[in-house]
Amino acid sequence: MKKQTKNNLITYAIVIAAYIILEILMLTGNLSSHMKGLLVPMTYYAIIAVALNLCVGILGELSIGHCGFMCIGAFTSAFFSRATSESLPAAPRFIIALLIGIASAALFGFLIGIPVLRLKGDYLAIVTLAFGEIIKNVINAFYVGIDAKGLHFSMKSAMELNMDGGDTIVNGAMGITGTPHDANFTIGIVLLLISLFVVQNLVNSRDGRAIMAIRDNYIAAEATGINVTSYKMMAFTISAAIAGAAGVLFSHNITTLTASSQYFGYNASIMILVYVVLGGIGNIRGSVIAACILYLLPELLRGFSTYRMLIYSIVLIVMMIVNWSPKVIEWRKRTFGRIGAGRRKAA
Amino acid sequence: MSFLTYLINGLSLGSIYAIIALGYTMVYGIAKMLNFAHGDFIMVGCYIIFSVSAALSGNSVVGIIVAIILCTLLGVTTEFVAYRPLRGAASPLAVLITAIGVSYLLENIALLIYGADIKSFSSVVKWEGLSFADGQLKIQGVTIVTIVVSVVILVVLQLFINKTRQGQAMLAASEDKGAATLMGINVNRTIALTFAIGSSLAAVAGALLCSAYPSLSPYTGAMPGIKAFVAAVLGGIGSIPGAMIGGLVLGIVEILSKTYISSQLADAIVFGILVVVLLVKPTGILGKQIQEKV
Repeated sequence: MKKQTKNNLITYAIVIAAYIILEILMLTGNLSSHMKGLLVPMTYYAIIAVALNLCVGILGELSIGHCGFMCIGAFTSAFFSRATSESLPAAPRFIIALLIGIASAALFGFLIGIPVLRLKGDYLAIVTLAFGEIIKNVINAFYVGIDAKGLHFSMKSAMELNMDGGDTIVNGAMGITGTPHDANFTIGIVLLLISLFVVQNLVNSRDGRAIMAIRDNYIAAEATGINVTSYKMMAFTISAAIAGAAGVLFSHNITTLTASSQYFGYNASIMILVYVVLGGIGNIRGSVIAACILYLLPELLRGFSTYRMLIYSIVLIVMMIVNWSPKVIEWRKRTFGRIGAGRRKAA
Repeated sequence: MSFLTYLINGLSLGSIYAIIALGYTMVYGIAKMLNFAHGDFIMVGCYIIFSVSAALSGNSVVGIIVAIILCTLLGVTTEFVAYRPLRGAASPLAVLITAIGVSYLLENIALLIYGADIKSFSSVVKWEGLSFADGQLKIQGVTIVTIVVSVVILVVLQLFINKTRQGQAMLAASEDKGAATLMGINVNRTIALTFAIGSSLAAVAGALLCSAYPSLSPYTGAMPGIKAFVAAVLGGIGSIPGAMIGGLVLGIVEILSKTYISSQLADAIVFGILVVVLLVKPTGILGKQIQEKV
């Protein structure tokens, strides 16, 4: 068996083992209801961490607007589920909603990628942030209703929809209320496994190597005949699509979906970046583990939650300096000799 | 008349953005890094003024001076502890993520000390302002002070950069760090000086921002900070007059779109401008085109 295949299988095994353990705990009644409520969020945070790691670690471009794609996936799928909540049974409804969420997040990823990927580094980061905020603000001012005549849109208020009777589905800043609870832990784990499968196979493929070549030296990559733009677009769109899947889970796990800063603002995006950095940039398995632990830990240790973000931010700074500072790297090499030098360079 | 009032409000907000953008643009011009924490320096400045004024029963002048000194120290310390070790790192993402970490750290320290609730900030400008055309056109004191202060800062900074040795050293370091070092310029010290100036400007901007919009929370600085970066990019990053122009344009656009289009979409419009600028003219209004060498 190839080393990479083995490595991938270990990741799936960890996820499946965690799933089995948690399911057994749940069946034997050892899990509190508070803990049960954390399981689905844990899976969607792991999924979006994988998506962001594809963008930051593999593609090498910092996106701080990934929650915007999650927001798109959440709203489009919730809109569909809410509109068809009475006419379709749960299973096909969720599958179609999932596909709609992923497709629309991918579409937005593609459209946003066209301008964004022309930029590099800091500019790219700030523009992804800008797009994330634009998505959030526009959704907050968006009204959609349905009645006998069809769909009505407005950017002003629910009154402007001019409906006779009917049903206001997207109600501006109040969001979408009454999305059916179609998501559960098993679906979350299945989606996580699928995203891992997609990303890990991409990384080990010819396309993945091209993407990493662009990350390491884009001039050299271009000179060897790699189509830089199309590979960047590919990675970015896939990353957005996976973030959209996380959004579908998100919206089908809560009753009231609003485009609030808490979940979709840039602070939320930075939170996911923390997961990715602490799990190891470019290390897909690390992202999943870091997302799960960092999400569960503060929720379980209540007293710790005040200091959670403080500690995360300090850890973030220290990690970056220890891993990236030229002087620290040199010092590590000198002090630890081959151990320091032989360590696989993360991203 | 009301249009004129909005325009003046826009100018005032734009002047604040311009002062913040000056800090961004100088640091970016020389250190080639986006100091994501710059917006949070503003918030720190506001809290210092708030605390000192409360301790001295409303004496905000001392508060501003203390805030400028402490923010300068904060900027230099941050540069020394967090950013300097990462200069020359293999990936440009390293320093950017560190800056995000610093921004988070400052916000959370403020959250621990002052709590999440919004504090009401009493204006540092006590002057009522001017009134024209039988009270139809009122200009608040803080608006006038903001515009005047920003113009003064712009002129002083331009003189400093173009007429003093330290300013010339900054220009040289921003052009080519290696060559500047060979000419005997201490590049590290020059970058530290830039951070000092940028951070002290952040304190001034904080005083003006919170006087005009008197609500103070740990997240006060984040959004204006990002918008000021948009302003710096719009004007052409690295250019001091560009930051001023960018800031004013952005402030006016924001106030006018809040008034005439939709208050919810104003931010989206501001960020939309950034996207358009970067697509049409990535170097901004006054920026220089830099060729990439292999």
